[in-house]
Amino acid sequence: MNIKTNAVAGTLESSDVYVKVEPSDKLEISIESVVYNQFAQEIEKSIREVVDELGVTSGKISVNDKGAIDCVIKARVETAIKRAGGEQ
Amino acid sequence: MRRSMLFIPGNTPNLLMNGDVLGADSIILDLEDAVSPAEKDSARILVRNALKSLHYKGCEIIIRINPVETDYWTHDLDEIIPLKPNMIMPPKVSCAQDVKTVSEYITKLEEKCGFEKNTVKLIPLIETAMGVENAFQIASADERVAALFLGGEDLTADLRCKRTKEGNEIFYARTRLVCAARACGVDVYDTPFTDVDDIDGLYADARFAKSLGFSGKASISPRHVEGINEVFSPTQAEIDYAHEVMETIRIAKEQGKGVVSLRGKMIDAPIVERARQVIEMEKAMFGEVEDDE
Repeated sequence: MNIKTNAVAGTLESSDVYVKVEPSDKLEISIESVVYNQFAQEIEKSIREVVDELGVTSGKISVNDKGAIDCVIKARVETAIKRAGGEQ
Repeated sequence: MRRSMLFIPGNTPNLLMNGDVLGADSIILDLEDAVSPAEKDSARILVRNALKSLHYKGCEIIIRINPVETDYWTHDLDEIIPLKPNMIMPPKVSCAQDVKTVSEYITKLEEKCGFEKNTVKLIPLIETAMGVENAFQIASADERVAALFLGGEDLTADLRCKRTKEGNEIFYARTRLVCAARACGVDVYDTPFTDVDDIDGLYADARFAKSLGFSGKASISPRHVEGINEVFSPTQAEIDYAHEVMETIRIAKEQGKGVVSLRGKMIDAPIVERARQVIEMEKAMFGEVEDDE
């Protein structure tokens, strides 16, 4: 799936994560999190799992995490990517 | 045992995460009214992931999908059925065909997933005047139907009357649904009491629903769960009496007596059936109990 356009998913509420995706020539992931020091690696791993599953090879993915658990991060990233790919 | 059913908005992570610690026998993960049209896709994916990762121990899972007249309901089922929820709640069910339509689609998905047919049950939400009038046909439309659920808010809008705490305006619908459900041998659940802060009102409303024959009641607030569970649980006196009834029947059988009485009242088939139901509830609440038979 290609990221054709800008899209967002999620919220900035507690236990949620706000995800923004944009077209880009390469795959870029940026993470902001209230638990960055403890969980940045796990968050990136979750994002990469979704990216791989959806076959995304390029795009800029920015997440602002408010303490979301793994299944929430994955859900919001998947939603944003599908929205950016024209699926809704 | 399903006394309380708690609605949880499908697009709210902090509530979804805690669904099984709020004391409800069932949780209803809502993809319909609690989710705006722009977020339907997001909620569907979030609920699917929650079902995959969170185990909701000791809690029955019901998913309220979107109505059959929308474009969303098949997408909801496509995502949710592979996770094998206990029940699907189709809203605004007005006739038997609505149930059949949803059931046929679930059958296809069950086959695709390799599930046994009718693994996932249905609890149609009846919240239109037409649905109330067709309650018996809806309850008997399909083997999947395990219960009916009355939705008072939409119903009163359809009836063009005001929803009140007293609930006189939904009295006919309540009794009609109880009768239809019982005639078909399925459970029946009452509409939520919507004033979150009025706990006395909640108790009164739940007691009234129980007196009409409802199996339990839904809630939109975790604060109402405890009260609903209490009202729809048998009291210790009812449990003790049920055991006395079963013990009396056992002794009568041993002695070859056809007619028996307890506390001056003849024990007939309905009393035995009620005692059996109370003991079933006791087992569900406290685990296995000593059998009287």
